[in-house]
Amino acid sequence: MSVRVESITKRFGADAGRVTGVSGVSFEAPSHAITSLVGPSGSGKSTLLRLVAGLEQPDQGRVLVEGEDLTRVPVQARRLGFVFQNYALFRHMSVFDNIAFGLSVRGASRKEQAARVSELLELVQLADYAKRLPDQLSGGQRQRVALARALAPRPRVLLLDEPFGALDTQVRVELREWLHRLHEQTQVTTLLVTHDQEEALELSQHVVLLREGQVEQAGTPTELYESPRSAFVASFLGGAQILKGQVSEGQLQLPGQELSADVDHADGAVEAFVRPHDVRLVRADEPGGAPARVERLIRVGGFVKLTVRLDSGEVLQVQMSRTAQLDLGVEAGDPVRVDLGGIRVIARRGYSI
Amino acid sequence: MRPALPGFRLTLGIVLLYTSLIVLLPLAALGARAGELGLSGIWAVVSDERALRAYGLSFGAALVAALINAVLGLMLAWVLVRYRFPGRRLIDGLVDLPFALPTAVAGIALTAIYSPKGMLGGPLAELGLQVAFTRVGITVALVFIGIPFVVRTVQPVLEGLDPSLSEAAQVLGASRLQTFFRVILPALLPATLTGFALALARGVGEYGSVVFISGNMPYRTEVASLLIITKLEQYDYEGATALAAVMLLVSFAILLGVNLLQRRLSRGLT
Repeated sequence: MSVRVESITKRFGADAGRVTGVSGVSFEAPSHAITSLVGPSGSGKSTLLRLVAGLEQPDQGRVLVEGEDLTRVPVQARRLGFVFQNYALFRHMSVFDNIAFGLSVRGASRKEQAARVSELLELVQLADYAKRLPDQLSGGQRQRVALARALAPRPRVLLLDEPFGALDTQVRVELREWLHRLHEQTQVTTLLVTHDQEEALELSQHVVLLREGQVEQAGTPTELYESPRSAFVASFLGGAQILKGQVSEGQLQLPGQELSADVDHADGAVEAFVRPHDVRLVRADEPGGAPARVERLIRVGGFVKLTVRLDSGEVLQVQMSRTAQLDLGVEAGDPVRVDLGGIRVIARRGYSI
Repeated sequence: MRPALPGFRLTLGIVLLYTSLIVLLPLAALGARAGELGLSGIWAVVSDERALRAYGLSFGAALVAALINAVLGLMLAWVLVRYRFPGRRLIDGLVDLPFALPTAVAGIALTAIYSPKGMLGGPLAELGLQVAFTRVGITVALVFIGIPFVVRTVQPVLEGLDPSLSEAAQVLGASRLQTFFRVILPALLPATLTGFALALARGVGEYGSVVFISGNMPYRTEVASLLIITKLEQYDYEGATALAAVMLLVSFAILLGVNLLQRRLSRGLT
């Protein structure tokens, strides 16, 4: 069941507070895939999800599921599954009744309900918890109940609004893995809203990156990561650092630096990006690269994060494995040389930051 | 963790002393005074036809009024919380008025309106419905007195009710009615029940507002609290306390029952 959103616009009044609108957004979420709607807070990603669900009415534009126009179809009749960030479980109902809710309001028999609910409890690995109340469950378990409840009526599309937002990091990572396996089994077309780029890159086959109510770039995670169309995309996904420069005859020149790199780009002013783990450091007494000094060095588990100031004044964040750092033999305060061989030019001249 | 307030023993001591002085001691005095009649004496007083009628009226009218308030109070709270309209704050303030008003003032005002010559009483009388000086009038007074209890207990719960609950229900295919009766109402029921119990308790003992509108006809529109006052005025202190003690026991039993019911209903909600 593919989802297509066609130039949808929704504006909220000035007093709407933290809800942001979207303007002229179009995208397509392919069948059986997980598509992430990702962006910083205020980018309109949740609004977009609510528009697809029918919880908000668009000012303009259409929502289609498998070619069927749902724009005027009331929320109850859309047959979509929605998982809220805060779970929105019915606290007075047992886990069983929560999951059965979508079936019972549609008039399914007791027997059908019981069969489907136990199937789902099996799927979300909560078979022993049918009689519990939501308050007797942990956060991760509640989220799984919310997923089971959304899946019970066999929705055409599953919509997840920051599903792991309220959980601590360890549970998040576990649930992410689990959601991935669940999706392999169910193959339900899924729209996932998240502000976590790692979640988006890891879970989805398709990413729609939003900024201030508009699509900044859409494509596969690799496309967005490797060929960002703007500085915003580059820095949002993978934390790239943006440098302004000049291309002439296939050589990228960064002003004030003895840095250059071979690039495949037409001549003119460009923005280039380099991610912390793509910056290479070499010993100060070796040739190549630009002179610099390590200002700060932080160890994070198996990684080290370095803040490096080039003699020309620019500051770069660098990341490398602990082993590489020991091999290199630099500590905070040491002089080094910086090799920006990993730098890439942003395909389309984008917004400056 | 160290509790913010000083030790359990000290606070429990204060609680026990306080409730003893303020609540239990007067009640014990009541029981002791009534006890002077002996069990058979008490039975004679409270099983008297006039007393039974008064009890029936007090509890009956309070029950009907509390039920009306439970429904209308819920609706009022709903409108005040869920909608924005001009005058909302004014109405919100008006809800508390029955608390603030001396009950006798309420009684006089209601009597003026509902008496056969009054603004509403006149037209209603022509339709064949007499309000003032009947049981209907008593119920009207008790509805007036009881409304803030339900509104003020339901309101905060409703304000704290997560809007995504009804959204979740609707995405799952629930109609508006199904959403209300299966998701929203169960969440509000414990608070509504508390409001109902408070309104009921208040209504059972109400005197000031009822005494004017009821007409106070023995066997017909005489409430128990009025009968107690009448006995006091006749210096029949033992009879009055006997009546009061029984009323107290019944009220306590009702409140206890409501509390137990409420605990069952709020399963999972607190």
